Amino acid sequence: MSTDLLEKTEERTSASQVVGKSYKHDSAEKHVAGTATYIDDMIEPYGTLHVAPGYASHEACGRLVTVDLSAVRAAAGVVAVLEAADIPGVNDCSPAMGDDPVLVSDRIAFHGQLVFLVVAESRLQARKAVKLAQIEVEAETPLVSVADALKAEQTVLPDYEFRRGTPEDTLGRSAHTVTSSFALGGQEHFYLEGQMAFAIPGEDGDMTVHSSTQHPTEVQHTIAKVLGVDEAAVTVEVRRMGGAFGGKESQANQWAALAALAAYATGRPCKCRLDRDDDMILTGKRHDFLVDVAAGCDASGKIEAVQIDLNSRCGHSADLSLGINDRAMFHADNSYFYPDVLIRSKRLKTNTVSNTAFRGFGGPQGMFAAERLMDAIAIKMGQDPLDVRKANFYREGENTTPYGQSVDEHDVLAALVDELEQSSDYRARRKAVEVFNAENTILKRGIALTPVKFGISFTLTHLNQAGALVHLYRDGSVHLNHGGTEMGQGLYQKVAQIAATEMGVSLGKVKITATNTSKVANTSPTAASSGTDLNGMAAAIACREIVGRLKAFGAQHFEVSEGDIELCDDQMLIDGTLRLSIKELAQLAYEHRIHLSSSGFYKTPKIIWDRERVKGRPFLYFSYGASCSEVVIDTLTGEMKVERVDVLHDVGKSLNPALDIGQIEGGFVQGMGWLTTEELWFDDAGRLRTHAPSTYKIPTATDVPEIFNVTLYESDGNPEPTIYRSKAVGEPPLMLPISVFCAINDAVASLNKGVLPKLDAPATPEAILKAVKAIKAGEVS
Amino acid sequence: MRTAIRFLRKGQVVELDNFEPTATLLDYLRLSERSTGTKEGCGEGDCGACTIALGRLHDGKLVYEPVNSCILLLGQIDGCELVTVEDLEGPDGLHPVQQALVDLHGSQCGFCTPGFVMSLFTLYHANTPGLTRQDVNTWIAGNLCRCTGYRPIVDAALEACRGGLNDAFAARAAETESTLAALQDAQDVHVGDSERFFFAPSSFQRLLETYGEHPEATLVSGSTDVGLWVTKHLRDLPKVIYLGRVNGLSTCYQDEQGIRLGASASYAVAEQFLKTIDPDLDVVISRIGSKQVRASGTVGGNIANGSPIGDMPPMLIALGAEIELQSNRGRRTLLLENFFIDYGKQDIAENEVLTSINVPRLSADEQFRAYKITKRFDQDISAVMAAFCLRVQDGVVKSARMAFGGVAGIPKRANEAEAALVGASLEDPDSWQSALDIIEGEFVPLTDMRASSTYRCDIVRGLLEKALLEISAASSQKTRVFGQRELVEGGAHVN
Repeated sequence: MSTDLLEKTEERTSASQVVGKSYKHDSAEKHVAGTATYIDDMIEPYGTLHVAPGYASHEACGRLVTVDLSAVRAAAGVVAVLEAADIPGVNDCSPAMGDDPVLVSDRIAFHGQLVFLVVAESRLQARKAVKLAQIEVEAETPLVSVADALKAEQTVLPDYEFRRGTPEDTLGRSAHTVTSSFALGGQEHFYLEGQMAFAIPGEDGDMTVHSSTQHPTEVQHTIAKVLGVDEAAVTVEVRRMGGAFGGKESQANQWAALAALAAYATGRPCKCRLDRDDDMILTGKRHDFLVDVAAGCDASGKIEAVQIDLNSRCGHSADLSLGINDRAMFHADNSYFYPDVLIRSKRLKTNTVSNTAFRGFGGPQGMFAAERLMDAIAIKMGQDPLDVRKANFYREGENTTPYGQSVDEHDVLAALVDELEQSSDYRARRKAVEVFNAENTILKRGIALTPVKFGISFTLTHLNQAGALVHLYRDGSVHLNHGGTEMGQGLYQKVAQIAATEMGVSLGKVKITATNTSKVANTSPTAASSGTDLNGMAAAIACREIVGRLKAFGAQHFEVSEGDIELCDDQMLIDGTLRLSIKELAQLAYEHRIHLSSSGFYKTPKIIWDRERVKGRPFLYFSYGASCSEVVIDTLTGEMKVERVDVLHDVGKSLNPALDIGQIEGGFVQGMGWLTTEELWFDDAGRLRTHAPSTYKIPTATDVPEIFNVTLYESDGNPEPTIYRSKAVGEPPLMLPISVFCAINDAVASLNKGVLPKLDAPATPEAILKAVKAIKAGEVS
Repeated sequence: MRTAIRFLRKGQVVELDNFEPTATLLDYLRLSERSTGTKEGCGEGDCGACTIALGRLHDGKLVYEPVNSCILLLGQIDGCELVTVEDLEGPDGLHPVQQALVDLHGSQCGFCTPGFVMSLFTLYHANTPGLTRQDVNTWIAGNLCRCTGYRPIVDAALEACRGGLNDAFAARAAETESTLAALQDAQDVHVGDSERFFFAPSSFQRLLETYGEHPEATLVSGSTDVGLWVTKHLRDLPKVIYLGRVNGLSTCYQDEQGIRLGASASYAVAEQFLKTIDPDLDVVISRIGSKQVRASGTVGGNIANGSPIGDMPPMLIALGAEIELQSNRGRRTLLLENFFIDYGKQDIAENEVLTSINVPRLSADEQFRAYKITKRFDQDISAVMAAFCLRVQDGVVKSARMAFGGVAGIPKRANEAEAALVGASLEDPDSWQSALDIIEGEFVPLTDMRASSTYRCDIVRGLLEKALLEISAASSQKTRVFGQRELVEGGAHVN
């Protein structure tokens, strides 16, 4: 987009006052009244059937010896039982690599891999029938953990590395070196609405599928591929999801494919809604890692060389692991300049469910490694960790990342951290923590202030495109559609605010409509924090096209120049004087055969990434934030409480401050859960045993710090030409609570100065007590 | 005998005479009534998305309590008012709790929101003066939200409850009370036939008779456990006997010696009595399950199902509680600790029903402490539950009862460490050492998803040390991450 256009829209923004205001979520009233319709709430067409997936209940991997489904077929209410051989097209629901069978027939590669599906008159009948299957597996010893796979040298994708200089040599020459190894756990998405799809067959083999997905286009393509029909025969629609967080990107494909396959086989509408336990067993999670970090630094703690090894558990297939592990590498610098650096990534293959996208998409794991490194240096050098962090920030002349992109806004990062240091009263509280710790033997406090720098753009460059479709109707109402999906983040409302601003109409005139592959095609997933950046701009471009036609028409019709015409407040003004209402204008334009519909298309400028040559600019810009957390731990039990959190976060020029703060707070608490209470526990047989909220513990209200100050950074606006100079906000806040973990680490470290705690994430009470015991015994990480 | 359940719904009495014994309230709402505002999040009573409000008479007064409809059996709502999210909006617009959630941006994806609305509706009707953030946090601990981070929801709760009670439900409370009172009859309720039934006897006599005739029937009290047999294990329970209407079975009373809890008294009711024994009971009970679970679940059920990880048994064992069992052959009492024989094996005969729990008060020379250790503070199952009751005279431990959950197949006392602690001086931590060393190895706990065996042993020791430090009041330092327990002048406890 030209800067000229951008400046114009900025003027318009201030006039209309629609963008930048804290409008509530578009569905807020429906949410609280229980009238917001999720897919399972839709009125079912006559004859709707229900699908339940079937898998071997005990084994994780091995050859299928017998699959006896006779009792399943004979069970009450069962209409069909389908196996791999019943798939008319390609038996694959992977996002790209072709390595994720919808149903397997010869061997299973992880516990929960599907062998069959049951279609029955009721959901309960389908679930009960599934249990009657007799599946015999010649069980093999599964590779379960990262360590298992490292030992077995099994990977799903080739290793990859970023290198600058010869850190191996520099490390040896540095005055001080630190090393640390730690485990970093995965995370279950725990969207409140589980995976869900509803397929309704039509004529000529058409299939309409309502899918709770962040990626309707991929669901469409998957169904077409599995059924062996043209993509044009499949329509996928999603009005809203009950949460997603990355877990309904590639992971929505399989359930939609099952529903469509069942509908194809029976000719009847079919619903597939996973039971919560199945949902947690059968879908991928955030990758867990084993990480080794090493750094050499000078006497002031300034880094000279860094080596980071990121080893992740990808599961049985590639899924999105390429991009996720790349993003972990892209963020292993966080906000710090590494002069000589080697970042290596191993993408390990295990007999577990394939890990997948989760808010941050690998970034959190890379960033966590950077922050762990900063703490290690500070403890080793006896310095305040914040001083070590600041000493290593990107700055003028030292602003090139390990992958070659320059960090242009390093001033924002430094200013933001300085401001938070003041507003959180970090220094005085650091002293108070020391006093408390001197006076108390059972409880210990810790404090930490950590920054976030998160790259915005899909690193797979071609995904950085979006489309929108806008109609102006003759009564002046506006139909808005785009490729982004609503999962709670408020995207629909933000884009509606943009459309209202561009069209010069009030927000109430903009009709928000469900994302649908037949309206806007070939869309990218709503992911990578890009929803508003991409779809907001596409919608703005579509609106500008219509506005341009209306102005051209108005100029001709009223014999004035286009520059004299303005559309705002549901009116057309000529020279500042009301001439027509938007309704009258639309009607008049229609009668003069003006086209009142437009599509809009946007592609992110400036970015290019050559993965082979490790060269380019993968990100249009960076989002920044920082947080300061204070915790108290119990050295007898390992219990922990977060007592206070201060957050300062940069969203550029906010499109909607209330929605942005909602993303920041929600992201913080979700990230805090990842690093504290949320633990994925697999048994020796490779089965996930934390597959329900009774055993997998996401934060509750009590876990939120009593003092929780969240502030938007006073920004001059994104220097890059994003929509109204805003910045993406979906993922970056997830990484703010790394400060919680670092504060826990600080509390443990107070027990034995100079010793780096052996603290793994998540810092459950057990992990904390283990670290307390180890540091008291003088064991080093 | 009635052959239909009756409940109040949107101002009308609804009668249902044809449903499966294990039909859940959520399925009734979503599949039969087609009221889809109430959501299923987990199907095990842990996420709160399915929360509805039940209006019930407590001592003649209408009380609204939040309940997880996913694991509540439909028959259990006999005699109640059923309120769901669809019912709150009136001709004047949204209910105050709904409006506050809208105004303060309390929803994002919206899927958990109906459950929050209903929890906040019951909080609103609790009409608590001086409501704090922490009160709200505890009230909504059974509602999970993955989007907002809770802050705006808590703000909305405080905002909505600030103005006092002023909604349509309050306006017609007297009418509702009289309607509900008219629904409370002395009739047995039997829905189904002799092979498949939901039976809710109204008298103890009828309970024993029917259980005698159908010893294979499933006794259901709060259904917070049995509900999962239905929704998760997909078990067919053809004969269900519900204890909630048995006259007198939920009655609790207290005197100077102790407390008698009726076996089908909910946690919410039992807590009011038990907290008068010691504030730690209050703290721990407020962390058992959630508000929803405590409104349905019963202390009797927690004992009778023999779980090795129930939170009440260790506390009750440490206090020396007795239980009473009855059948059509007679009644007997036994110490609670003798009820648990082995994993899954209790001292209960066929047809026997747990009828009451008798809890003695602490004597002047006894000190009580209880600790629940979990991954998450609220609404989590214990890795270890520990309870200590020490009799102390002149600073010397005369006897000790220390009971633990999560360390063995049953709730268990630490007999060896108890013996080792006798004679220890509170003022001399060295004299605690042998008990601390013994207790660390006294149990051989399992490693599972909640905790490793090593960690369980570590905290058993750590908690004994903590209890001794607190009881000895040797230092003024803080001993708890959450709350504080201090001894003050005269032996009164402050939390």
